[in-house]
Amino acid sequence: MIPDRTRAVRRSARTSVRTPTRGYRVFQAVNALVLTGVVVVTLYPIVNILARSFSSEGYIRAGRVNLVPRGFNVTTYKAVLTNPMFWTDYRNTVVYTVVATVVSMVLTTCYAYVLSKKDLRGRNFLVGIAVFTMFFTGGLIPNYILVTTLGLKNSVWAIALPNAISVFNLLVMKAFFEGLPVELEEAAAIDGLNTYRILLRVVLPLSKAVVATMVLFYAVSFWNSWFAAFLYMDRSDLFPVTVYLRNLIAGATSSTSVGFTGTDAVAAAANIQSVTIVLTTLPILAVYPFVQRYFVSGVTLGAVKG
Amino acid sequence: MSTTRTVDPPSEGRAPGRAKPVPVRRTWRQSLRRDWQLYSLAVLPLLFFAVFRYLPMIGNVIAFRRFQPGGSMFGEHWVGLRYVKMFWSDPTFWDVFTNTLVMGLLTLVFCFPMPIVLALLLNELRSRSLKRFVQSVSYLPHFLSTVIVAGVVMQFLAADGPVNQALHHFGHSPILFIQQPGWFRSIYVSSEMWQTTGWGTILYLAALTSIDENLYEAARIDGANRWKQTWHVTLPGIRPTMVTLLILNIGTFMAVGFEKILLLYNPLTYPTADVVSTYLYRMGVLSNNFSYAAAIGLFESVIGLVLIVSANRISRRTVGTSLW
Repeated sequence: MIPDRTRAVRRSARTSVRTPTRGYRVFQAVNALVLTGVVVVTLYPIVNILARSFSSEGYIRAGRVNLVPRGFNVTTYKAVLTNPMFWTDYRNTVVYTVVATVVSMVLTTCYAYVLSKKDLRGRNFLVGIAVFTMFFTGGLIPNYILVTTLGLKNSVWAIALPNAISVFNLLVMKAFFEGLPVELEEAAAIDGLNTYRILLRVVLPLSKAVVATMVLFYAVSFWNSWFAAFLYMDRSDLFPVTVYLRNLIAGATSSTSVGFTGTDAVAAAANIQSVTIVLTTLPILAVYPFVQRYFVSGVTLGAVKG
Repeated sequence: MSTTRTVDPPSEGRAPGRAKPVPVRRTWRQSLRRDWQLYSLAVLPLLFFAVFRYLPMIGNVIAFRRFQPGGSMFGEHWVGLRYVKMFWSDPTFWDVFTNTLVMGLLTLVFCFPMPIVLALLLNELRSRSLKRFVQSVSYLPHFLSTVIVAGVVMQFLAADGPVNQALHHFGHSPILFIQQPGWFRSIYVSSEMWQTTGWGTILYLAALTSIDENLYEAARIDGANRWKQTWHVTLPGIRPTMVTLLILNIGTFMAVGFEKILLLYNPLTYPTADVVSTYLYRMGVLSNNFSYAAAIGLFESVIGLVLIVSANRISRRTVGTSLW
């Protein structure tokens, strides 16, 4: 763990201020070790599930699968992937995520843009309306009755509408808009663009970073959500894949429905869970490395500005 | 009402806005005429807040009215404090209330400091690439669904899971963690730590980078070693962030991981796992006692509000940082 000296010196004043003493070097080594431990602890359960999903039932039940698959096979993947219900629910997840994300983005962008106008009359009131809902909510039961009364049950709107605006995302976006140069918008206004066009043609093209971050946040949260669908969807062909998985874990969907029979079914249950977990997480894991740096800058930005 | 407020005569509107005047106080009518397009953008979001946030708040009146399924969402007729008295004298309610307090306290004690520690350790790391790698990996669990996390936890603690494998190595017989009330709190809190610690560091790392370098230099010249620099410069530097997040955490104290508990618990673990929100879910949605459940929910929300308001006030008085 000897750092590249020349680079370290060049890097920043901070590094040279902190001239490494012997004790500090020991600390560095220990620290690197501890943090590697954090990585191991974080990844271990995920790698374990991955290994299980490719292992044969015999090894899993004997408790011999750890980090590498034992008795490598893809039978369970085939069984899950040929199950029509899995695909129906997977497609539902995609549809719900897209619809809900679009609704959320439109509403959040509009409101954030309005809130970012510092000289707007009543702005504090508009901010207050949103922020208050962070601290006090109607609660589960009134929400449930409302959604039922509005007849949103068994429709995508039960998922998209009640959670359309996340106040946290709203504030991040507002902070970003506030940081944009006012002159550009004024110039556009002089050129005769109205507010809507300014937002679409001037502000949004300048806000790609924050828009991408917000799309990502919303999409991930809707992709992962299960409770709204669990509450408001009565038919299994309307479930998102998270509810499918929840029922699998709770034992409400037996493994026989995935094509196993008799004793095989019992043995396969755990395996099917692992496979479904992997398949449900896959899209997130696939895009994660590429988009990760965007959301970090997005959150940081909102946080620093408050 | 405007006459009492405006000291200088209203000069707006008269000057044709070529030479842009310094912010003028406009009347509502003028603001509306000038900014109606802007206000129109707020209409749909406001409708959202009105219908899906404020209407349910008003909907809480069913806690004091008898609700009948299929009837008005505000209930049929007043019953006064009947439902409040009901949960007040309900022993199960007090059990789940105690569980909520214990679980909330454990979450606060174990999950709140972890991101701070991790952020400080990451900040001390020399190798940029290792730092980035650790960060990327530690954020990951935040992006997993609660269902996935619950599934992972159950597989991990299953009779054939890695934990029981390890116990087997030490000659211990397998423990059915998920079915034992004694284990539930540890399982919940550790899974929560696993899921939230990494993501929690983001705000602290941002705060750390904004600390003035000169402060470290000054401290060093004053003879402060690295430990003292951390104590006297770094920690005070991230204090506003710490306080803000602490207040927010206290505000969500009562609503401890409802979704995760719902996924992880079962009747065997109710003695330690059942919290106010899961109890009211069973009472309301599963048993159709809407008014009763709404009374419990209202109580929960009010406690949450009181907690966050008082935490905010205390912190403004003592450390000078507050949310509002």
